[in-house]
Amino acid sequence: MLATRLIPTLIAAAGLAWAAPAIAAEKPVDPYTVSNANAGAQPFTGDQMLAAFHGQAGVARVVDRMVDLSVADPRLAEIFHATDLERLRRTLKEQFDYLLGAGVDYTGRDMKTAHKDQGINTAEFNALVENLQKAMDQEGVAFRAQNQLLAKLAPMHRDVVTR
Amino acid sequence: MKRLLRAAGLAVGLLGAAGAARAGEMVNGGKLLLTGGVTNVEGAGGGGLASWATITGYETVDGVGANVHGTMVNLPDYDFRAYGASLGFRDRIEVSYARQAFDTGATGAKLGLGSGFTFHQDVFGAKLRVAGDAVYAQDSWAPQVAVGVQFKHNDRGAIIKAIGGKDDSGVDYYVAATKVLLNQSLVLDGTLRATKANQAGLLGFGGGKKDDYSLQFEGSAGLLVTKRLLIGAEYRTKPDNLAGLKEDDWMDLFAAYAVNKHLSITAAYADLGEVATFKGQRGLYLSLQAGF
Repeated sequence: MLATRLIPTLIAAAGLAWAAPAIAAEKPVDPYTVSNANAGAQPFTGDQMLAAFHGQAGVARVVDRMVDLSVADPRLAEIFHATDLERLRRTLKEQFDYLLGAGVDYTGRDMKTAHKDQGINTAEFNALVENLQKAMDQEGVAFRAQNQLLAKLAPMHRDVVTR
Repeated sequence: MKRLLRAAGLAVGLLGAAGAARAGEMVNGGKLLLTGGVTNVEGAGGGGLASWATITGYETVDGVGANVHGTMVNLPDYDFRAYGASLGFRDRIEVSYARQAFDTGATGAKLGLGSGFTFHQDVFGAKLRVAGDAVYAQDSWAPQVAVGVQFKHNDRGAIIKAIGGKDDSGVDYYVAATKVLLNQSLVLDGTLRATKANQAGLLGFGGGKKDDYSLQFEGSAGLLVTKRLLIGAEYRTKPDNLAGLKEDDWMDLFAAYAVNKHLSITAAYADLGEVATFKGQRGLYLSLQAGF
């Protein structure tokens, strides 16, 4: 009993994520080093950006809406069909919270690793951006603040797009 | 004509190179709204007066995009009209054609040309994106850079000679640097153009004051108000080659609105200064672009 609890703790302490998912519905992924650097950009300072997104509750609504739109989007159907949506929603919320300065840690994989087998092209990357824009519009996030978040995400094109 | 063939040969060569560089499935469309710019007075992807480093059309690196456009500028003493088509290949190469009409209307009689006298100019353009990324590289100030060439031929050679112009055709070369600054919701462009053109070629090339290439600047600065609307200002310097007919720099205030990815409208208030002895040529610039 002690050993089963101790081993994950030790691995976590060593900076490795335990392959067992935090939420039962998530599928396991290969072990990786947990770090906020995996979020792929530096967070905003101050609380203005998070406020523009209506706090973590607003971020959660934006992410859920973006994922819902993308699952239903014929341009993205192939990619999202093969995606663990539970894990995606959780890690995206963490990533956006982290980038917007919520002081939350990002526990997901880096962008290159997370997308390496998905064969995403630029048009698909852009389709996701459009769905994010729609979701932010619905949340009533000011256009300037939308673009400020997009400025953090845009360079991830380099790691996300592989073909 | 030899120059035209050489320019066409260059464009075809560039296309072949781009095609060979990326084999695989073609995906047309997919660029983000307005990031291909609109179509400028010379038929190139850009603002209204300036040619930008962006490649026309809504294609990404995986496809082909195309546009047709019509533009008119109503000035106190003249009318300007243009129409044309452009193609973008893999967000790398742009080829364009525009037919411009500079209609002197009633002013033609005062200039001794005859009422309704109209200069026509064909502009064949090619543009190659050589470095940087205007949209995705938001972690860098480095702009997207493109080089371009525009072959221009005016159909009024005899009148151009009569007003002191040296040639009825010419080639412009330009280097454009364009950047979208998402964090500031700004779109900036600065372009250097080597040209001998008088009033962009509408009054021929070279003149008594100067018959050499000179380096001119054109640039745009715009604010993204919504994802569909860009408002801003442009400035374009001019060589002023003709001994008798002064030309001024051009400027405008513009609003470009993307109805969707197939249709955009650009409206501007343009100030073209003095044109063929008539001062204060300011008026409405209207351009409609359709494509994919």
